[in-house]
Amino acid sequence: MSTIALATRGLSKAFGSLPVARDIAINLPVGARYALIGPNGAGKTTLINLMTGMLTPNSGQILLEGEDITALGPQQRVRRGLARTFQINTLFAGLNALEAVTLAVAERRNLAGQFWRSVGSYSEAIDEAYEILRKLKLGDDCYQITRELPYGRQRLLEIALALATKPKVLLLDEPAAGVPQDESGEVFEAVAGLSDDLTLLFIEHDMHVVFRFATHIIVLVGGAIFTEGSPAEIAADPSVREVYLGKRKHG
Amino acid sequence: MSLAAPASTPQAYLQAQSRWHPLEIAFWLATLLPFVLFPDYLSLASQIAITALFALSLDLILGYAGIVSLGHAAFFGIGAYSAGLISKFIWGEPLTGLILAAAVAGLVGFAVSFIISRFRHFTLIMITLGLGLLAFEAANRAHWLTGGSDGLQGVSIWPVLGIFKFDLYGYTAYAYALVTLFVVFLGARRLVNSPFGLALRGIRENWVRMPAIGADSRAHIRKAFTLAATVAGLAGAVLAQTTENVSLESISFQRSADVLVMLVLGGAGRLYGGLIGATIFMVARDQFSGIAPQYWYFWIGVLLVTVVMVLPNGILGGLSALYARWRTK
Repeated sequence: MSTIALATRGLSKAFGSLPVARDIAINLPVGARYALIGPNGAGKTTLINLMTGMLTPNSGQILLEGEDITALGPQQRVRRGLARTFQINTLFAGLNALEAVTLAVAERRNLAGQFWRSVGSYSEAIDEAYEILRKLKLGDDCYQITRELPYGRQRLLEIALALATKPKVLLLDEPAAGVPQDESGEVFEAVAGLSDDLTLLFIEHDMHVVFRFATHIIVLVGGAIFTEGSPAEIAADPSVREVYLGKRKHG
Repeated sequence: MSLAAPASTPQAYLQAQSRWHPLEIAFWLATLLPFVLFPDYLSLASQIAITALFALSLDLILGYAGIVSLGHAAFFGIGAYSAGLISKFIWGEPLTGLILAAAVAGLVGFAVSFIISRFRHFTLIMITLGLGLLAFEAANRAHWLTGGSDGLQGVSIWPVLGIFKFDLYGYTAYAYALVTLFVVFLGARRLVNSPFGLALRGIRENWVRMPAIGADSRAHIRKAFTLAATVAGLAGAVLAQTTENVSLESISFQRSADVLVMLVLGGAGRLYGGLIGATIFMVARDQFSGIAPQYWYFWIGVLLVTVVMVLPNGILGGLSALYARWRTK
């Protein structure tokens, strides 16, 4: 048995009378590559919001490396090693990629309160930021203002910002959302190239991508876990095809 | 990475961001011109320097962190009244009075920052507006202390460093205000180029992302707001000391609105915007009120609407866009 990086127990949330998360129990082993799939409105993003503290659950627990983090705020969870990316670009539009990632690195290194020395003098933080960008092939674009970057590059910057927090667990909310099909491979190659120590959970609609990159798949329907299993098991499960895959022409 | 092409490294790029531009040096040299060219206007020049300092303080929160305030004069006024009262009841030594008055404004700012850091946008505008009105009425009501609408009488300031008396022509006043402005500007310039300054820009650019990179935005805002209140208090204190008088106007809504107008005119988020905005506003007021004393705000209105419509980043934003285009040619 491998150790569990992130777990939820009996996680539930309702918006008024509408349940959006129902008794969700997930165990993410260290180094796992889990995919979270399900039809629109199944509560996938809601689950990520609950895990990262952007939403407060009505009941249940979230455990990071065995420690209960349910009561912690979003930034405290990030500091403990739980990071996320956003389905809709949530970037620093007026900063360039180098500044944005340097900011994230500075926050992690507790340098962001320093107001006397110039950013340019923190060479270790800058080098670390540039190294993250370079690995994601953003090195040449790092001086360009974020809002002027091509969309696909902005998706990579989403990941770069999350990596700058040195996460143990990374939750990717449709990392290639909105990227043209022929370019989405680039985003997932970057995801595949991430360290094996990093535990990953990603939401993705493209089943080719899911079957290619996931070691385990969780199917969410109506705010509850419908089923989970290996890609082969999920692909062979007729009920999954019915609720989800059947509506698409994959498989 | 070769040392021959320093701009090719990320660190060199970021270091270059905080380097002094020749235009900046020219700007500060130009601030000395009034001593030579307009000795009759030194009082106006010192008013401009004080107002520029006040605009600079608002730029730290509005221009960099995106925190709008409609009650910033509260801190200007607290600084002004504190400086006046210190000279009246304790002693008239200007430098210690200045620092103490700024500290009082900073302390009040620190207390208020716990409210400010919890809100955004429209709510924040209303809260700061309310706090500003509250401060004004408190000063108005405390007639026994502030003199209310009659103004604070009996302010008397000793010569600066025991040598330079505040004279009628305003030589000392302008020099005093200008040195204060320049020293604070140097500090503000360091701040905006620091990791903290970058974090403030992060808050301005995306409030939602900040917690997702592990940032405590509220702590950053509390710090920035306290600093801005301190600088606003400093500006108020300089006004009280150089004019040896404090009126209710120094804590009024009008002053809060004016400083916002100046910053928007000049261009927020670029340090010099507030300085240039204050200069244009004060000179325009001086000139327009000569033409039609009662209606001079009409022209400020025209100027504001025109600038906001034509130059969304203010006059300085427009100029720097022009400059960038000229340089690439």
